[in-house]
Amino acid sequence: MRLSDRTARFVLKPIVFLAALGPVSWLVWAGLTDHLSANPLSDITNETGIWTLRFLCLTLAITPLRRLTGWNTAIKFRRMLGLFAFFYGSLHFLTYVIVDRFAGLDFTDGVLSWATVRNLAASVGADVYKRPFITIGFAALTLMVPLAATSTAGMIRRLGRKWQTLHRLVYVSATLGVVHYWWLVKADVRSPLLYAVIVALLLGFRVWRRKKGTGVVVSRRAPAV
Amino acid sequence: MRAAGTAGAVAALAAGGLAGSEAWLEAQEAAHGRKLDGVQKSALSTSAKPNSWKEITTYNNYYEFGTNKEDPAANARNFKTEPWTVTVDGECNKKAAWHLEDILKGQTLEDRIYRHRCVEAWSMVIPWVGFPLADFIKKCEPTSKAKFVEFTTLYDPKQMPGTRSRVLSWPYVEGLRMDEAMHPLTILVVGLYGEVLPNQNGAPLRLAVPWKYGFKHAKSLVKIRFVEKQPMNTWQLQASNEYGFYANVNPTVDHPRWSQATERVIGGGFFRKKTEMFNGYGDQVAKLYAGMDLKKNY
Repeated sequence: MRLSDRTARFVLKPIVFLAALGPVSWLVWAGLTDHLSANPLSDITNETGIWTLRFLCLTLAITPLRRLTGWNTAIKFRRMLGLFAFFYGSLHFLTYVIVDRFAGLDFTDGVLSWATVRNLAASVGADVYKRPFITIGFAALTLMVPLAATSTAGMIRRLGRKWQTLHRLVYVSATLGVVHYWWLVKADVRSPLLYAVIVALLLGFRVWRRKKGTGVVVSRRAPAV
Repeated sequence: MRAAGTAGAVAALAAGGLAGSEAWLEAQEAAHGRKLDGVQKSALSTSAKPNSWKEITTYNNYYEFGTNKEDPAANARNFKTEPWTVTVDGECNKKAAWHLEDILKGQTLEDRIYRHRCVEAWSMVIPWVGFPLADFIKKCEPTSKAKFVEFTTLYDPKQMPGTRSRVLSWPYVEGLRMDEAMHPLTILVVGLYGEVLPNQNGAPLRLAVPWKYGFKHAKSLVKIRFVEKQPMNTWQLQASNEYGFYANVNPTVDHPRWSQATERVIGGGFFRKKTEMFNGYGDQVAKLYAGMDLKKNY
């Protein structure tokens, strides 16, 4: 069954959009109604982080989905999923800054002062510099900034072919995201391993396609010689 | 159809994620146990307000019952703690298999409200019920060769689903230097809030060493062994650059992956607390480590 562009745009997109807001809505609800664990601030940090990774995986799954099924309308969801990955990543970073760094500062000059701003910047900076798993998570998110900024139709037009090249940075972000998760856990790497496998499969698909692609070209050329 | 499939996949993933999150909803506090008799107050208790029964019994690191904080509350529910035997072995005169009742016979129990600091930089205040480990050690008559005490947790894959995967090297082993083990603050715990210790907290018998990180507090003890050489503890075996033998709470020695300077006080509001040297028990225990480089011996 072929799906019209109208259905995709006016029915499916709003559904996916609302579904993507599910996790953050749930967190807000659970936080306000005492349904998180005894350490709710840590739950918010962890959940926003894992959802960043999930949305990165979904974004990376669009191309393989199109290639494997021929359902090209899927492309219409890629930008939204990518932006949600950035959204959850930003929430994750913001939670860390507020709950982990800001909440641990000295407030000798009071909370609302320039010293607080300076101390917070120093505290985040030192953490990003000193701790490899924070460094790598920070890098993963930073690399997503230009992608989010150039996600508009206007930017796609303006950048032309360069846009595609630039947006391959998402491969790096997803990989760093998995490493960030891996380096965070104490002993049980099963969950990071799952994401490592998923991201490896999604990126591996692209490598495989490219190789296969070249193969086709060579075989096409062969008879002409 | 395919479109519906994608939307379905997104929805399924969302639902799956939420179902995972809902594990918290299932983290039910422990049922209340038998009230312990004749429990005395102790001068060694902190005056800080203890965490709630719910917080203490739903937020647990007890990998034998799963690696998520809410796992032990769900998976330890039917754990069998009676009968319970503790084997005493090694460099001592009284090697024996002790029934828990015999260990407790004639032993005065005390309320010990202790600050509890996890190596993951969160903390609670916990009203343990227990007695000095020193009392029991004296009954075992360790010889002059006994320089360390090694503690082993039960390893029972049938009852402990977490041990069916090799997340850690089982059984869980911890150790203390003899003088640490004999210190009046070091206790064997059998209760919480005046009641029998809930399973997820290490029933029926666990250690509490309040100036050390939580992972030193071995749970569900089945073996106590007096040894000459420093035992290899499980977390050190797992990652010796991150977890040492001493594991004294120390705000100046960071975990390689996170800072130990501050801690998230469970149920303690938004701001983090400054972590204190030896978890605030320095007056009592700092002398045990006089002259030692605590940056090396972390």
